Amino acid sequence: MTKQTADANIDHLPEARVERKRGRTVPAVWLIPIIAALVGGWLVVKGILEKGPTITVTFKNAEALEAGKTKITYKNVDVGEVKSIKLSPDREGIVVTAELVKDAASYLVADTRFWVVRPRIAGGQVSGLGTLFSGAYIGMDIGKSATEQREFVGLEVAPIVTADVPGRHFVLHAETSGALQIGSPVYFRQEAVGTVVAHELNKDGRGVTFNVFINAPYDRYVTSDARFWNSSGIDVSLDAGGIKVDTQSIAAILIGGIAFESLQGSTNQAPASEDQEFFLANTRAEAMKRQDVMSRPFVLHFAKSLRGLSVGAPVEFRGIVVGEVKSLNVEIDDSFTSIRFPVYVDIYPRRLLNLVRGEGPTMAMDEASLRTRWNGMVAKGLRGQLQAGNLLTGQLYIGVDFFPDVPAAHIDWANTPPDFPTISGGFEEFEGTLSSIVKKIDSMPLNDIAADVRHNLKALNRTLDSADRFIRGMDQVSPTAKSALDEARKTLKLAERTLSTDSPVQYELQETLRELGKTAQSLRLLTDYLERHPESVIRGKKDGDR
Amino acid sequence: MNQRPMTARQLGLCACHTCGLLSKWERGHVDLTCPRCRSHLHLRKPDSIARTWAFLIASYLLFLPANLLPIMHTNSLFGAQSDTIMSGIVYLWVSGSWHLALVVFIASILVPSAKLLALTFLAVSVQKRSQWDPIQRTNMYRIVELVGRWSMLDIFVVSVLVALVQLQSLATIRAGHGAVAFGAVVVLTMFAAMEFDPRLIWDPQDDAS
Repeated sequence: MTKQTADANIDHLPEARVERKRGRTVPAVWLIPIIAALVGGWLVVKGILEKGPTITVTFKNAEALEAGKTKITYKNVDVGEVKSIKLSPDREGIVVTAELVKDAASYLVADTRFWVVRPRIAGGQVSGLGTLFSGAYIGMDIGKSATEQREFVGLEVAPIVTADVPGRHFVLHAETSGALQIGSPVYFRQEAVGTVVAHELNKDGRGVTFNVFINAPYDRYVTSDARFWNSSGIDVSLDAGGIKVDTQSIAAILIGGIAFESLQGSTNQAPASEDQEFFLANTRAEAMKRQDVMSRPFVLHFAKSLRGLSVGAPVEFRGIVVGEVKSLNVEIDDSFTSIRFPVYVDIYPRRLLNLVRGEGPTMAMDEASLRTRWNGMVAKGLRGQLQAGNLLTGQLYIGVDFFPDVPAAHIDWANTPPDFPTISGGFEEFEGTLSSIVKKIDSMPLNDIAADVRHNLKALNRTLDSADRFIRGMDQVSPTAKSALDEARKTLKLAERTLSTDSPVQYELQETLRELGKTAQSLRLLTDYLERHPESVIRGKKDGDR
Repeated sequence: MNQRPMTARQLGLCACHTCGLLSKWERGHVDLTCPRCRSHLHLRKPDSIARTWAFLIASYLLFLPANLLPIMHTNSLFGAQSDTIMSGIVYLWVSGSWHLALVVFIASILVPSAKLLALTFLAVSVQKRSQWDPIQRTNMYRIVELVGRWSMLDIFVVSVLVALVQLQSLATIRAGHGAVAFGAVVVLTMFAAMEFDPRLIWDPQDDAS
């Protein structure tokens, strides 16, 4: 195509239409970067706002923990993630830095706890099985404190009781821990209502302290006079009713357990206060027996041997146990002349003083009033005395009683423990009487008596000899007498036979008498006839006449 | 007549975008319509540079969250995890699949950022009426436009996974905020490339001659 034709073609092209010019506006396209800026800014702001608090938790080791993977969960909801794991500055543990979700800020208080959840079998429970697949995670229990905290020390084991479980803690003091361990159940009427949360040896090494948690609403059954006992194992008792086997459950046998009950017949049913301390008895019987947490130590000095008195022996007031022997000792002075036997006892003042009429358990128990009472009672003659509990076994116990005639004494409060006055007696008295009897027997002229007795015996012997001879003489007389007697017996027998009712003599006699009777009758008939017919004597009897 | 080809603009002609009718155009007039179909006539895309800039700026703004926020949340039996693009690449690299890491790096980081830079360069050069090697710049534009949609690779993977992996407790995958931003960046760069008028690269040459 030449330029000419091209030009011609162009010339034939139509003219573009011209439209009126519109006012220029900002192109709508600029909305896009503005929206992008808003979206981007929103994302960034959201990211910043959503960024939760960062915490550090110290653990013993980092087993199964992984930075960027391990989650922190609360009630199985992820609330955070481990960001880094470092050795602690002292190299004794590891420090886990974790970032939590934003809402978690309010959970981070002083008593919030963290622990690593791994598969665990303890206390008859299997936990954390899920972590076999998912890997370990860090469990969290939100505390109730108001103080915020960002640095925590992780627990080595998961807590048995988390803060969100309603219920209360109680402290139990025991002599030994038995089979009890963390997680052991606590039973009330054989129903598991709580768990052992912690236990530790007392600082002084005497006894063990347990911390138990009783779930609500069962915590209200823990009354202020509740009795706790170790229900691990089987309690077999044999009594008049037969063999009784008592156990809480098979689980309790295997993993131990604690049972509690409030004291039967008690009127004090108010729930115990939080963290009240109780005594953990070894058996139910012991728990029910042991009534007094409050005890008063005393020392009683005796002069006589304590043989038969053992630790645990009762202190009784006329048969009512008011205390217990704690330990025995011997004191010898430097010159070895006097020997004393101090007996350390615990007396439960509440029991003894409750015996006082009109005063309930509500009376004042402060130290001063207690001392006044003790002093008053001692002034009235209250003394301790060794007494025989069982004459066969020689068991002793300590009796306290009022002896009005004893010389005045007082409790030595200056001593620790206070020195309680004693009197000898009881078993000692009995012993004394016995020995005085023996002495009297001892002082008798037994040899003289024996000689006299022997002399008398000889005389008696002689008498007996003569008696013997006399008897033998009698023997020779006897045959003649015997024959005479025989004859006499025969005669008697004969006479008897003759006189017996069925003897012929008797019969004949009777016959004779009968005949005699008949004869007399005939005679009377004759005389009658003769009276009426006197002529018959001459004429003879007429026919037809009677 | 010289050997340089004439452009429609130099001849005072303008083609309709809708019906293709070529019509005469007089200088001075801005708002013209096609005499046949009444469509608006433009010699060049209107406000091309401004629009390109707008989309570019929007892309830049979203580029940061796209790379910093996680694009994928994985919840499985083996734990929950959130991955950003970079952490995914690092994971692939560390676990030995360096070739895959390379692919993802190129598709997700290198290409979008290169695209952004190239478009910026083009826009700047056009605005400054630079006469530097128009052929080179046109090639650059072609590559940018061609390659644009292919950097949606990540979004594609994420969307397929999100749709397929919903096994409740076993495994769940959710798209993160990063994916939204990343998708937006890819789309915005495509728009920016679309709005850019490559004829502007050549206009300074014509005017100079």
